[in-house]
Amino acid sequence: MIFREAGQFKSNYRDDEAHLVLKEERWFVLGVTLFAAVVVPLVASDYILTSILLPFLIFTLATIGLNILVGYTGLISLGSAGFMAVGAFAAYKIATAFPWMHFVPVFVLAAVIAALVGIAFGLPSLRIKGFYLAVTTLAAHFFIEWTLTHFGWFSNYASSGVISSPPLDTFGIVIDEPWERYLLCLGFLVVMTVIAKNLVRSELGRSWMAIRDMDVAAEVIGIPILKTKLLAFAISSFYCGLAGALWAFVFLGSVEAQAFDIFRAFEILFMVIIGGLGSIVGSYLGAAFIVIMPLVITNVAFFVAGVVPGLSEVGADTLASLELVVFGGMIVFFLIVEPFGLARLWELAKERLRLWPFPY
Amino acid sequence: MLEIIPEQPMFLVEVIVSGLLTGIMYALVALGFVLIFKASGIFNFAQGAFVFFAALTFVGLLELGVNFWLALVITLVVMLVLAIAVERVVLRPLVNQPLIILFMATIGLNFLVEGIAQVTWGSDVYPLDIRIEDTPVDFIADATGMLLSRQEMVAAGIAAAMVLILTVFFNKTKYGRALRAVADDHQASLSVGIPLQTIWAITWGAAGVIALVAGLMWGAKTGVQFSLALLALKALPVLIIGGFDSITGAIVGGLIIGAGEKFFEVFIGSYFGGGTENWFPFVLATVFLLFRPQGLFGEKIIERV
Repeated sequence: MIFREAGQFKSNYRDDEAHLVLKEERWFVLGVTLFAAVVVPLVASDYILTSILLPFLIFTLATIGLNILVGYTGLISLGSAGFMAVGAFAAYKIATAFPWMHFVPVFVLAAVIAALVGIAFGLPSLRIKGFYLAVTTLAAHFFIEWTLTHFGWFSNYASSGVISSPPLDTFGIVIDEPWERYLLCLGFLVVMTVIAKNLVRSELGRSWMAIRDMDVAAEVIGIPILKTKLLAFAISSFYCGLAGALWAFVFLGSVEAQAFDIFRAFEILFMVIIGGLGSIVGSYLGAAFIVIMPLVITNVAFFVAGVVPGLSEVGADTLASLELVVFGGMIVFFLIVEPFGLARLWELAKERLRLWPFPY
Repeated sequence: MLEIIPEQPMFLVEVIVSGLLTGIMYALVALGFVLIFKASGIFNFAQGAFVFFAALTFVGLLELGVNFWLALVITLVVMLVLAIAVERVVLRPLVNQPLIILFMATIGLNFLVEGIAQVTWGSDVYPLDIRIEDTPVDFIADATGMLLSRQEMVAAGIAAAMVLILTVFFNKTKYGRALRAVADDHQASLSVGIPLQTIWAITWGAAGVIALVAGLMWGAKTGVQFSLALLALKALPVLIIGGFDSITGAIVGGLIIGAGEKFFEVFIGSYFGGGTENWFPFVLATVFLLFRPQGLFGEKIIERV
């Protein structure tokens, strides 16, 4: 009853091609966006803004990027953290070399550099795929990490290898309050989401999916494999690079190459799997899930430790290990029970709402 | 002791030989991958976690004051139970899913097993004494001036024995042939009466045992710590060079990677501040993949629409 297509007619091509076909969907998305843009910055505390919502937004951006590669094109990549690092360090180099430049073009340029690096490391994907490709993206990850830590040029010869972002100055206003940083990330995310949403149903997006489903068949029907795969790598790395730049400049302020370690890459891959392979909504849900879960585990563990005597102190390392257990367990659970992830549950819930309160 | 300077020809030999011995250790880990890949077509990313789990369980039992041999037996049983449990709980519900889904499931399994090991035994670094000293073998040092670790020589011996056993098993025994049939085609092997589930249980159990051996050797070399789990990553290029379904390939690939990374690190990497061992194997594997995607000894992959 809540969702009803009855009485909503499409009388022109524009309506027919709309992303959100139903009036209710349009209102829902608009409402959520306005809520995130207006209500959240007013209501949320600085803690929630900086340590939950900021990482969530940035991770979502990276997850959309990786989803383009893994979910839509079917190329497994463990290099997303490496490309984030490229974005972060490129933004740093550009911002320090050209201090007069506004930070938005700096971020975009950094993402373009990440995209170029992505193309370079995506070249082997032409001949190999599946977990073979995972190995070559690991090569990308470790090579990038080593390069960034062993050549001082990338961090302007800082002895610790830590890069600190210059202040984010936009026409005289310095963005440093938590709500300002939140809104900046939200803005980037909204724009990039709209772009991604349109990309995946363009000719290019459909070519990606054809390659994912069967690349030999896709080649036979005339899809240029090299161009399409490399574009997937480029665009995916663009998203990851932008996320990396935001991570370094907006979220942390100062960062070193080790912040983008291999575990980060796995984390983003998990967000893609749990959220749902090949789904933009899923990227949001997956990122939210993985960002919030450690907090839930910590709180539950402390609660249990408080109730059960003898377990008075839960060590930080035990908590980290528990996190691993739950992460791993969730991945296995999701793949067995719901291989399409949270996005599928979301679809099912929408279907239910459409019929509710009637059984069919 | 001889003074070591790079100009000495013996130094080059020593670098390569010690690289080869490290390579044997990589091959020990890689063998577990090959075994499971050969028998089920699954790429078990969690093999490194198995290695870590086995080593940590063994050390944990030793710390509790359990006798060395008893601890070995208990760990063996634990590994078998773990392997069979994995087969039951994780793989059976995923039969007939695309291989990529299975691969990701093993990535999840990897974290699950690592986490369980650390929750049970803590995340400290334990030294592991397997009663073989990590000292240079005297007669080799006297004869050639090379300092080769006794432990690594033993590891090489064990790896050679395991390769021999596995080769005989796969090629000569009934179960070995059944394993290869299962790897080739699940449905076809079911239809000729091969008990799929038994076969998988055997495979995973054997992989667990290999993980135990690898865990003990690596634990003795580096101490039992979390970085053992990252060995799985190092085993990947080994497999790519050797071929995913070849036992010989795992050994040869291990040797190439071991000697290659050592050689590169000592003679080229040191000019760039070192630390190249982290990425060199992967880059080598990537280059290799471009020219020979099936590896040195792997079966050629033919794709049809």
